This record gives sequence, structure tokens and C-alpha cells, in this order.
Amino acid sequence: MPERAASPKLYWAIGAVPLAAGLIVLPHLLSFSQQEILVLLTINVLLVCSYRLLTLTGEWSLAHAVIMGIGAYSSALAAKQLGLPVPLSMLVGAGAAGFIAFLLSFPLLRMKGFYFLIGSFAAGEIIRLIWKWSELTWLFGGPKGIKLIPPFPDIEVFSIDFYDPANYYYLCLIVVTISLVILYRIEHSRIGLTFHAIHWQDKLAQSVGVNTFRYRMLAFVVSAFFAGLAGALYAHYVGTVNPNRFGVEEMVYILIWAIVGGTATFYGPILGVVVLTVLNEVVLRALNIDQMRPMLYGAILIVSILFLPQGLESVVPKIKGWLAQRRQKRAIAKPPSEAEQPAK
Amino acid sequence: MTVELLLQTIVNATYAASYMALIAVGLVLIFGVMGVINFAHGELYMAGAYVIVALYAGSGVPFFLAVFAGLIFVGLLGLLMEYGLFRPLRENPLGGLIASIGFLLILQTVAVLGFGIRMRHVPPATQDTIVFMDGVVLTYQRLYVIVATVILLTALWLFLRKSKFGWALRACAQDREAAALQGISINQTARLAMFIGAALAGVAGALTAPLVAPTPFMGHAVIITAFIIIIVGGIGSLGGAVLAAILYAFVYTFVTTIYDGTLANIVGLLLMLIVLIVKPTGLFGAKERA
Repeated sequence: MPERAASPKLYWAIGAVPLAAGLIVLPHLLSFSQQEILVLLTINVLLVCSYRLLTLTGEWSLAHAVIMGIGAYSSALAAKQLGLPVPLSMLVGAGAAGFIAFLLSFPLLRMKGFYFLIGSFAAGEIIRLIWKWSELTWLFGGPKGIKLIPPFPDIEVFSIDFYDPANYYYLCLIVVTISLVILYRIEHSRIGLTFHAIHWQDKLAQSVGVNTFRYRMLAFVVSAFFAGLAGALYAHYVGTVNPNRFGVEEMVYILIWAIVGGTATFYGPILGVVVLTVLNEVVLRALNIDQMRPMLYGAILIVSILFLPQGLESVVPKIKGWLAQRRQKRAIAKPPSEAEQPAK
Repeated sequence: MTVELLLQTIVNATYAASYMALIAVGLVLIFGVMGVINFAHGELYMAGAYVIVALYAGSGVPFFLAVFAGLIFVGLLGLLMEYGLFRPLRENPLGGLIASIGFLLILQTVAVLGFGIRMRHVPPATQDTIVFMDGVVLTYQRLYVIVATVILLTALWLFLRKSKFGWALRACAQDREAAALQGISINQTARLAMFIGAALAGVAGALTAPLVAPTPFMGHAVIITAFIIIIVGGIGSLGGAVLAAILYAFVYTFVTTIYDGTLANIVGLLLMLIVLIVKPTGLFGAKERA
């Protein structure tokens, strides 16, 4: 048994080294504008992975983009109005997103399915309207939002300048990697198993003493915390936030990434966001049809829900199975004496 | 608030209630029969408005003929959705909802590519107004909307209560499998519901086009309004949707007139959240479906 337990870890270690090396080298292979996209992609990976944690409990929220916005707004305000150092304000932003999610969970988690979907949509729209509201322009800046958000401070000892997207990418990479490890650990802990139990058998889970409301709240709050962190990373990179940035369109993109990638595995949503972003940047930019972007995303969404309802992640085991089959066939074909024996 | 302003606000609210009812009833009909929340319903409304932009404002087709063309065109869009999206995804209601989000993006892009991203102003079909009480104004354009709503909803009510197809539709909404066992064609009923539901949104869009200045993104506000109405009225209840449309239109119009539009939106959404929490079946809906 110990060998078996060790072998996947070994695979992990062997796979992680080139992956890490690739991720570190990557920005130096790209142009400036591609580096900027890479930063946003890294932030979006965190966003969609945090979304997946919530879907583990079976709920599909339509407020996730707005919750990301709460992180962005709170972090921006904490840095700009209260003068907090930016790394601290980012944590404040993430915490604020988690706290708002905690408050929202009392009304929203009383609902399920369609009702939760629409309820979360309404809650998100209310928050967006509050940002836009003329009475609160002094705080949130109305429809134009907040501008001139303090950037991440330079580390002068090493002369690292975070205006450079490559450096900000490394910062994001570190934050996102740590966050993903935490999310992964949560999913594979007892808590994560309970989330699965609530999704598939909530009555049974309740009957064995699981407080389903609390666990759903936990999923909602943790997912909001990391979405808020993604929002904070975004705000201090771009330097401006506004209500429309976190609108329905952004939410639709999160949904598309998650659905096209698939949500059954941890890597599914990451696959979705990476593949679609690369497709978007390479294909659309080459064809110069940026206006058609929503249409193509819509078409991809429809095609994937019709023909690939399990997402891109379902392609991976298929390829694995296909490769294994080929290997088996070749193994059978090679020694002619064995070929006459019936296949195992 | 003076009496005139009060009456004017009531007139405005009646107009708002009319087109909101048309949209919400269509959405409820689709949900009742298909079991799918059609997220693209606001974009169907937008499509109706753009038919007017293209035919009436662009090519000089008479207004009511263009409205009729809008009804047919958007109804056909509904058939397309039924055939291409909702039928293959019948066993997967969440999938249907997500596919309708994809369809929404496509419709928006088509509108942007075809007509540009900017607002289009449509001249009103008539400048005539009715003035009563020396200052309370009701334009004919708004009157058309109110009258059309009353006619269409009455016709729909008669159709559902009196005709064989209407009975089939209601049977399907109650229990799809039991209806199929009685020899009702599920596909045909679904087509019918989608056509009627979409066409109602299309008519609403066509009739209000001269009053609201269409943009490709006008559907967003409409779908939020429609959600509020169907939740407050009780998902799946047609009568509830009409009553809730009236209630919401009056609340919205009065809050807008007295305070401001953003606050009115917030109040509307809060109303919906409270209903969702306190009575998820809606104020007027007795059962899950009707």
C-alpha cells in the first residue's frame, strides 16, 4: 500500500516541476499586452475556482461577479480613503466580500435551485444599484466608479516594480497558487466531502446530523472570500473599478468558463478559463472581430451544453482511455504468440 | 403631490403595467409549459423593438403592420429556441436556462452588428394625445400599448380556457407526463407555448419602441423587471403575473416620481427578495405551477 499512496504524489511532483517552470518562464515569452492578459487570466482562474467551491453544494449563484466587485471596491476604498497599505487592504477586501456573503446567506440560503439563482441575481443587482446610486456617489463614485486606486507598492530593496505586468503576474501567481491549494485542501477534507453530501443527498446528510445550512453558508462565505481576493487583485492592477465591470456580462463569462470546463473536477474550470481565454485572444484578435466576442461566447456556451454537457474535463478521461486502449492493443499486437489468446 | 401629478402618475403606471404584464405573462407561460426560465426573454423584447426600427423607422412600413411583423418574427425566434435549445435539453432545466443565456448573447451581438451600439430613436406613430383634467396627458402611443395588452391578454385567456389547444397547454403545465398519456403532443404544446410567449414579448417591444429608444442592451432591465414580477406573482401563475405587474408598475412609477429611479429599482428588487424569503410561491400563486 505505501507504494500506491506514494505513486500519485510522485506523479504530482514530476508534473509540478515543469508546470511551475513553465508558469515562471511564460511572461518572458509574451508581448506586453499579452502579459496584461496573462495577469487577468491568473485572476480569473482564482475567480472561477472559487465559484466552483460553491457549486460543490449544488447551488449556482448569479452574484459571484458582484461579490468579486465587493472585494475590489472594499480594497480600493480601504487603500484610498483609509490609507491602508495595499497588501492589507486586499485582505480587507476579501474579508468584506466574505462578510457580505455571510449576511446574504441568511436570506439567500433559505432558497434552492431556481429560487436561489434568481434570489442571488436580485441581491447582486441591488448591490450594483447601490454602487450606482447618486446619493452615495461620494463613497462609490456612482456609475463612473472609483479611479486612481493606489497600486501595489514597489519593493525597493529588490527594485521590483509592480507597474510591470510580468512582476504583477508573479504576485498574482503566488497569491492564486496559495488560494488554490487552500481551496483544494478544503474540497478534499471532511468539509468538502460534506459539501458533496449536501449536493447529492441533502436530506440524508441532515438525518445523520449535518447542519446543512451552516455548511452551505461556509461554502458561500469561503467562495466569496476568494472571489473578493480576486477582485482586490484586479482593482489594484487596473487602478479603476466601476459597477458595470461586475455586471451580468462578467457573471455570464464566469458561468461559461465553469460550464465549458466542467465543474466535476478541480481542474475543469481552470481548463475552461484557460482554453477560452487563449481561444479568445488568439483567434478573435487574429480575425480582428472583437465585436463578435459575445456571440462566439454564446455559441460556445450553447454548443458545449448541447454536445459536451460534462465540459472539457470529460474529454480528459476519454483521451486517457483512448491512449490506454491503444497501448493495450499494441501490447497485444506485438508478441504474436499472445495475440491468439483472448483479450483480458 | 398635487391631484394632477397623482393622476398623471396613475396614467403612467397603467401604461407601465401593460407592457410589463405582456412580457411577464409570456415568461410565465414558457416556464409553465417548458419548465425553463427563459433568460433571453428581455432580448426577445429587444428583437421586437428592432423590427420596428428596421421596418417602420427604416423602410416606412405602416406602424401596425410592422408591429404584426414583429409579433410573427419574434414568435418564430421563440420556435427556433424551442427547437434548437429547449427540446434537446428537456431533461435538463438548468441546461435550458444556461443555453438561453447563450442565445441572449447571440441576439445582442446580432443587434449590435446590424444596427450599431447606439440608441435608435423611433418617431411615434402619432403625435395625438388625450388631455383631461387640464394637464393629465395620455399619448396615443401609450394608449395603443394599454389597449393592445387588454386585447391580447383577453384573447390569451379565452384561448387557454375555451380552446382545445389551450386545454392541452394547461394540462402540460400541470403534469407533462400525464398530459402525454392522454394523447397530447408535448412537442406541439411546447411549440405553441414558445411561440405565444415569445410573440407577446415581441409585441411589447414593438409597441413600446417609439417610447423607449431601443438599444441592443435594453433587454437587461426588462428581464430584471420580468423576474421581479414573476417571483412576486408566483412562478407559473398567469393571473398572478398580471396582478404583480400592476402592483410592481405602481410601486415603481410612484417611487420614481417621488424619489428617483435607482431607488425604485432597489425597492423593486427588495420586494422580490422579501417575497422569495417569506412566501416563495408568490403573493398570488397558490401552487408551484398553474
